[in-house]
Amino acid sequence: MVQMPVYIGKRLLVAIPTLLIISIFVFSLQKLLPGDPIMAMAGEERDPAVLEQLREKYHLNDPIPLQYVRWLGGVAQGDLGVSLRTNQPVLELIGQKLPVTIQLAIMSMFFAVIIGVPMGILAAVKKNTILDYIANLVALSGLSVPNFWLGIMLILLISVNLGWLPASGFESIFVDPVRSIQTMLMPSFVLGTGLAATLMRHTRSAMLGVLSSDYIRTARAKGLSPREVILSHSFRNALLPVVTLSALLFGELLAGAVLTEQIFTVPGFGKLIVDAVFNRDYAVVQGVVMCTAVGFIVMNLAADILYVLLNPRLRATL
Amino acid sequence: MTAEPILSVRNLTTAFRVDGEWKPVVRNVSFDIRPGETLAIVGESGSGKSVTSLSIMRLLAKDASRIEGQVLLNGRDLLSLSEKEMRAVRGNEVSMIFQEPMTSLNPIFTIGRQISEVLTRHKGMSATDARAETIRMLEKVRIPNAASRFDEYPHQFSGGMRQRVMIAMALASRPKLLIADEPTTALDVTIQGQILDLIKTLQEEEGMSVLFITHDMGVVAEIADRTVVMFRGDAVESGATEQIFHRGQHPYTRALLSAVPRLGSMEGQAVPLRFPIVDTVTGITTEPQPSRTMLERDAPILKVENLVTRFPVRSGLFSRQTGSIHAVENVSFDLKQGETLALVGESGCGKSTTGRSVMRLIEPTSGDIQLDGQNVRELGSSQLQRMRKSIQMIFQDPFSSLNPRMSVGQAIAEPFLKHGMGNAVQAKQKTADLLERVGLSASMMSRYPHEFSGGQRQRIAIARALSLDPKVIVADESVSALDVSIKAQVCNLLLDLQEQLDLAFLFISHDMAVVERVSHRVAVMYLGEIVEIGPRAAVFENPQHPYTRKLMSAVPVPDPSRRGIRRGLMEDELKSPVRPMGYQPPRREYREVSAGHIVQVA
Repeated sequence: MVQMPVYIGKRLLVAIPTLLIISIFVFSLQKLLPGDPIMAMAGEERDPAVLEQLREKYHLNDPIPLQYVRWLGGVAQGDLGVSLRTNQPVLELIGQKLPVTIQLAIMSMFFAVIIGVPMGILAAVKKNTILDYIANLVALSGLSVPNFWLGIMLILLISVNLGWLPASGFESIFVDPVRSIQTMLMPSFVLGTGLAATLMRHTRSAMLGVLSSDYIRTARAKGLSPREVILSHSFRNALLPVVTLSALLFGELLAGAVLTEQIFTVPGFGKLIVDAVFNRDYAVVQGVVMCTAVGFIVMNLAADILYVLLNPRLRATL
Repeated sequence: MTAEPILSVRNLTTAFRVDGEWKPVVRNVSFDIRPGETLAIVGESGSGKSVTSLSIMRLLAKDASRIEGQVLLNGRDLLSLSEKEMRAVRGNEVSMIFQEPMTSLNPIFTIGRQISEVLTRHKGMSATDARAETIRMLEKVRIPNAASRFDEYPHQFSGGMRQRVMIAMALASRPKLLIADEPTTALDVTIQGQILDLIKTLQEEEGMSVLFITHDMGVVAEIADRTVVMFRGDAVESGATEQIFHRGQHPYTRALLSAVPRLGSMEGQAVPLRFPIVDTVTGITTEPQPSRTMLERDAPILKVENLVTRFPVRSGLFSRQTGSIHAVENVSFDLKQGETLALVGESGCGKSTTGRSVMRLIEPTSGDIQLDGQNVRELGSSQLQRMRKSIQMIFQDPFSSLNPRMSVGQAIAEPFLKHGMGNAVQAKQKTADLLERVGLSASMMSRYPHEFSGGQRQRIAIARALSLDPKVIVADESVSALDVSIKAQVCNLLLDLQEQLDLAFLFISHDMAVVERVSHRVAVMYLGEIVEIGPRAAVFENPQHPYTRKLMSAVPVPDPSRRGIRRGLMEDELKSPVRPMGYQPPRREYREVSAGHIVQVA
């Protein structure tokens, strides 16, 4: 356990080259895309002198490697540049949207875990019974029903017909927590059910593997009750792959959920990046993608650390 | 022995549901176990011996199995108990230990917790009392520093130690009956000796009865008062162990016993001897044929000198090399055509690494390997491919060493075609010929591996190895995974092939009794080094090195007059060949005991 900080340090060191590669990729992808941001910015203005001036201002005439280094230097100091469109600093834009996205991600994961994991356990324990089939059917529908459709149906049922929850509109959790959670319930449920299906499938197969293992036979031969065998001896072992998967799914949620955000008008990352791409707002796209990549790497690291903490065998090899 | 039986099994029949049909796998089995008695159920795979034990404990999946008959524990029928009542029996009145100590303990709980769980569950002990009692149990099963190991996890224990933990767990609640399902099969022979001793001692101390399930006649002879022989789901014979061994009535009992390699049975034999084969139906025995005397030859086909293979051990922040596994250390031997040299030793002794290094499947660190006049270590990759024509390998596991998506004909023909030894027609001819040679039929060519039994698959693997007409075959534990009677047949096949094709075998095995039967010369390996090498008769009849002696005394011999023997083996573990950086192996000195019989002395 003493070695844990060393382990984390080592993993962070490994993350640096990964981030550099992502940054090069993000930066060059922008340059390879057709379309000129200056034209988009200038709107009706077609005076070559003005355009040239704008290019100078945003250093778009410099050699590309120099542009990259300048950009990276800024990023390293927390300066992600300025939105070409709104002139707002990118960091500020991200700062506005990030809490929303994180709130949505946490609430979605909550739904995913409380639905997916127990269903997976149940399906494994009652393998090949009607319960297993039902769980699989539910999972399959969760995977195949499109989010936008489920979202619209929920709005119709719960907001329009029953009037239980607001159909849209967003409130910051820092301003009115109750209303904020209310408005987020439906979008996070929609996102969560999709993930719950994946989690259920993985929990089920991990549990099946564990349940047929020798040490579960030992636990049963000791005279333990099914509850002890399933929840204590089996589930904690089956949790290992599930934890990793959950962290990765969470990382994906950080990238934003474009369609769901659109339907429920949640002002998260998804909407930000889509707008930025359409407007060829280089700086914003770069900033959001970098931010998402960092989030993903952090979640990956968290998954690895949890995995080690849960697994005594790995703890020893640190 | 007139006391009321503890356990009385009456007409036990267990059926499994296979494709909607109930298929009995244990039929009408009856036996009694009296207090303090050890009963062995012996049989080969598929005999139903493990299913019998799981049926007694009712541990089989409920919806896929059906158990009929009576299982009376002190007069109470376990089969009529509710699931809840049965849980109070399991781990309390009847405990069980299993074959695989490596996987039978939960990896994420400390061993202390896993043992004390039994005490809190069945004896209603408080956590502190359970802890104290658990430590007492750990001491009882001779785990050194028991108190400090309470909070350790299973992976911190060796296989033998884990089996001790399992035994401590099984005995914690002082059961009346211990069911031991192949408890020593996965262990090295010296560790097996220790565990058998431990079970005998604890049985005396606790006065419990033992139901011992095994395939090993040697273990049966040593431990069992009475024996039940099972064959394909039926108990074909039961009686006092002595009677089974000396006056076995059923042809299968006799077949099984004759197929068991018996250490010390080769005294006075000059050359390898085939196993006698008894027909399991008629009981007619074929006389064992000795192998042809080896032709005198001067030049060895394989000559290994000062072979060293080490693997780096890395650790720390930058994965720096912090030590080495000295898997093979200064090993020298030679092998002539038509000869079998056995490499014997326990896990981690380097016998398999030696075999692989010789073939350069693993790159040796240093040393000299001459195969058929070529210097193996200097060959380029294309020459190496050609070299592998003259040396082939047969592996242990006949199930995983054949590609399941390739018909056996393709599997056998593949090396032949890859090495350009002929066209498709010739390959087919060769395959047919090889299949016949290994005792299968040419018509089986188009079948797939899953359609064959373990013994047949090993024959296929042998045929594949022979398809390139090799001169040397490295047989790495090639018969270890096979049932006794199959093992005898495959050994006989290897001897036949050696005679017909003048093959040289490097026979890698942990099984002393098989080695004694099939080899001309023997090399005993310990911690990467050969500690004793010489003609088979010299090594087995006049062992010199302490390790050779220890190894031989640990082998269970199928002779019931040895029942109850204690070996008094030290409670030590196998040592590890991991050395720190810069470790210099000591200079070894050797003594020649008799012609060709060389022993390490220092």
